[in-house]
Order: sequence, then structure tokens, then C-alpha cells
Amino acid sequence: MNVAIDATSQDTSEAANSGPAGCIRLGLDQPLELDGGGTLSGFRLAYRTYGRLNADRSNAVLVCHALTGDQYVAEQHPVTGKQGWWDLMVGPGRPVDTDRFFVICSNVIGGCLGSEGPKETDAATGKPWALNFPVITIADMVRAQKMLIDHLGIDQLFCVIGGSMGGMQVLQWAVSYPDKVYCCLPIATAARHSAQNIAFHEVGRQAIMADPDWRLGDYLNQGTRPTKGLSVARMAAHITYLSEPALHRKFGRNLQDRKSITFGFDADFQVESYLRYQGISFVERFDANSYLYITRAMDYFDLAADHGGVLANAFRVTGPDGRLTGTPVKFCVISFSSDWLFPTSESRALVHALNAVAANVSFVEVETDKGHDAFLLDVPEFYQVARGFIEGHAARRGIAAKVG
Amino acid sequence: MAVTSLLPPAAIRSDLESIVDWVEAGSRVLDVGCGDGELLHALVHRKQVDGRGIELSMDGVRASVARGLAVIQGDADTDLKDYPSDGFDYVILSQTLQATRHPRIVLDHLVRIGRHAIVSVPNFGYWRVRADLLLRGRMPVTDRLGHEWYETPNIHFCTIADMVALCQDMGITIERSLILGADDRAVPAPADSVRANWLGVQAVFLLQRS
Repeated sequence: MNVAIDATSQDTSEAANSGPAGCIRLGLDQPLELDGGGTLSGFRLAYRTYGRLNADRSNAVLVCHALTGDQYVAEQHPVTGKQGWWDLMVGPGRPVDTDRFFVICSNVIGGCLGSEGPKETDAATGKPWALNFPVITIADMVRAQKMLIDHLGIDQLFCVIGGSMGGMQVLQWAVSYPDKVYCCLPIATAARHSAQNIAFHEVGRQAIMADPDWRLGDYLNQGTRPTKGLSVARMAAHITYLSEPALHRKFGRNLQDRKSITFGFDADFQVESYLRYQGISFVERFDANSYLYITRAMDYFDLAADHGGVLANAFRVTGPDGRLTGTPVKFCVISFSSDWLFPTSESRALVHALNAVAANVSFVEVETDKGHDAFLLDVPEFYQVARGFIEGHAARRGIAAKVG
Repeated sequence: MAVTSLLPPAAIRSDLESIVDWVEAGSRVLDVGCGDGELLHALVHRKQVDGRGIELSMDGVRASVARGLAVIQGDADTDLKDYPSDGFDYVILSQTLQATRHPRIVLDHLVRIGRHAIVSVPNFGYWRVRADLLLRGRMPVTDRLGHEWYETPNIHFCTIADMVALCQDMGITIERSLILGADDRAVPAPADSVRANWLGVQAVFLLQRS
């Protein structure tokens, strides 16, 4: 299934430049300007591609990953050995069909799987960036991705798709580069991070920073790792990705490998054991400082605030006649009924703003009890909607069913 | 799926057929309660309209989106207030008014959002319906009103005469109307005639706020 970047099999010279490792340096000529001030030049961006670019370069799809995701969207993960995190969405015959589309997925800047982030070495000092890495925003992540798209020689993306924080990037793409995106699917997301979500992130960050092994962020130089703090952060966050009915269905009050409660603080309940496992396995693949940086980027996300407090204004563009008009990007907004982290009301607010500028928008709330994580799970109705939207627009855009 | 969405639509219901006739080519259309997108699809392909839909059921939205239509899951009773005035040339409500909780408020929104509204309603004054009630003493169940009283989504029945009166009361002009009788044949009678109210199984109105 893995048709990733074998440079020789690709018919674009730009793609050949990317090299087999799937990591390039960008911003060498023109540094990446950051929202928080400062710049990044010659920064690393790790990415994977699947499928082939067609002759008129119209079939590129950018997949944006969520908070703890990475570029391994549709292939075995090099660290965990697990299947691609969005195997159900991306692959041959999937809604994002790699026989039809050229799919790109990059690790966000601030991430920890090869892209420039606190774990990587700062060329200026020869040491890990740690907390000297600049605080980044969702818009910064998207600007870095735009540089990658330019590098790959793609003028307009057919589609940008992502859930949760990936959905934030999707929205930012549509707002920052409306003429570079044909259609998009922001899924289980919001145009701003809510107070409750900022609060949950703060709990996670405090857990990390309270770990004595965090060493004020300097743990990589001091040979420690704040695994306990990061693991607790993950456990707390993981609860928010599920729903009460889903947890109950999965675990109920069932006991873990025992017949009765122990009157102690062992993991008596299956749900405790499950959460501990989630925490422990997470620290193997994720960097604690990255977690701080990326959660912060999500907290700062507020599209309306960037546009005079009116969300609809984010989706106005200057038309050919010089007058303001609605965005040309076609939207398919999807939410899940049991998602309390990015509830349907957030999607509705987004749809409302898009309607106000007469944008081409579709919206569905998918009925499921699987909570926020539903966008990664087997929820057939969700994939049917995504498939319908993508295929409908691919046909209009004149993209052949298979790359010739 | 991609291929079928590009095919011209098949034959559609006769009341929908007249709606397609009435809509000006190239206009902006909002279809409220668009179902699986049958009418919207026909309008996009035959009249090149810029079409949008609202539909309550997830299945309906899914089918519409798969046809390449821009459709939002929503409720006519609660969501129309969010639409700006004069945002569309036509707002269509087909066979749905009688199923809303507040038909008068919905109608008010329709003529506010659209320069024109096209509304079709089943006629509770149709002679068979009246006969059912008069002779059998039972709530009528017909092709158009195909539910028993205890499970019908149609909670606000009206007759053609009732619609005409409501429009008058709300200051809404009936620009055009079409009365469809048995077998969907057109009944040549004005909407405010006794004949229309006896023989019409359903009526389609082209409305405009005065």
C-alpha cells in the first residue's frame, strides 16, 4: 500500500528534490515569518506523499494532522509499527483515493517527527531548541506547508482535509490562501479554541511542567525525560477525545484482571488500566516540549479575532471587480453528535459565517457515540459523506478516476 | 458516484417539474427541506442555478452531498433566522410547510430570505379528503397524506383556501399558482376559486412579499 516518495517513480522533478527521507529544508531564500515575531530559516519539514501528481497538477490533496498526529497518514508508523492513523480515509479506493489523488501529509512545525521543533537541534547553538524554539501558531504551520506545496510545484490544492487541529489548519488554509484551495473538509473542529479546551490543555501542560524531569524544558540536555508528566497529560486529554457512552460501552465498571476491588490504588478498573496504557505508549512517540508548543498553537487559534471579531469576514475575498465577495473555496463541514471537545455548535457557527458570505458550504452532523475521536474511527456514514463530497468535486474539477 | 452526478437528472415529480419551469436560469436558489437533492440537482443542471439546500435528515444530506450539491443539515423551524434577507432569488419549500411547528413564521422567513418564495402544499380541502372525514368519520389517508393521524409528520394541515387567506393576511402576493389534481393533472382554476379547493390534490405557489 505504501506508494510513498520513491523519487524515481515520480514524474515531477520537484518531487525528486525531496529525497527519499521525506524531509526537506525550507525557507533558505526567504525565511518563514512567525506570528509571534521572529523567523525560521532553513527549517526542516518532514512529509510523506502517496499516489502521483497528474499532468496538469490538479489532483493534490493536503492532509493536515491533529495534535499528536504526524505525517504517516496511510502507512505503517516507524516508531509504533501501527497502521497509518487515517487508513480509513486515505489509501487506494478510500475516500481520499491514492489511485486518483496525489496526497501530501507533513509533520507540523513544532512537531517531533522530523519537522523543526523543540526536539530538533538549533543550528545556531548545536543543542536541542527546547524552550528556545519560538512559539508558533496554526497560521505558522500553514505558512510552512504552503512553502512545501510551492516547492512541490503545485499551484492549487484540489482539497485540504483534516480533523480537530487538522481542521483548524484546513480553515486557516481557506482563509490565508483562498485561491490555492479548490475544496476543503474541516472535520470535528472550530474556528476558535474554546475556554474549556484551553483549560484542558493547561492541565496537560501543568502536568508536564510539574514533572521534576522536565528540567525547565532542558531535559534533553540533562539526560532526563518527563515521561510521568507527559503521560498524565495524555491521560487527561484522552478522556476528552471519548464520550461517556463510549467509555461505558467499552469498559463500564469492569475490573482489570481481578475478581474484586483491592481497596488500594492499583488500576482496579479496566478504564484505569486503559488510560495508563494510553499514557505510557504515548511517551514513546511524543516529545513533551512539542506537546507544550502545539497545544499553545491551538489555544491561540481564533479566526474571528484575526478579522475584527467577525468570523464571516475571515471568509471574504476581493473579487475580480475589486469588491469584497464570498470565498470561492467549497466547504464540507462535518461534526459528530457526541463530540463535546469540538461540539456541533462550533461547526454550526462556522457554517453560519460561511452562509453569511454566500459561500458554497455543506454541513452534516454525524450521529455517533464515539466522541471527538470518531473522525479517526470506523463510522461508515462519515466516510460516505466525505467520499460523496470529494468525488462530486473531483468530477467537476475534471480529475480522472485514476492517474493516467 | 462521480459519474452519475454529472448525468442529467431523470424525470422528477410533477410539482417539482413546475418549480423548475418557474425558476429563472442562473438565479440563486435555496431549497429548504431538499430531501435527497432531486429538485436542486435538476435546477443546477437544467437552469444552471447557484443552488443551496437545507435538509433535516443525515441520509438526505449525504445523498445530496454525493450529488455534488451544497447542502446543510438543518431545520426549517430553527435555522432560517440565520439567513440574511434577500440572500436568494428563490427560496423553495416543497411539501414541507405543513410539517413545520410554526408555518407562519417559516413563511415569513421564506419571503424575507428570497425575492420570491415557491411553496407547495398538500390540500386538505380536496374532495376525497373531505369525503373521508364526512362519510367515514376517519382521518384521511391518501397518496399525498400517507400517514395515520398518530404518526404523521404533517402537524399543520391546511387547504388551498387557507393558504390564500394566510398570504392575504401576511401581505404576501401570490404571483402565480398551479393546482394539481388527481394523477398530477393541472386543474385550470385560480387558487382562490372554490373549484381549486375541491379538485386540487396539491397546490404550488409563487410568492413575493408586497
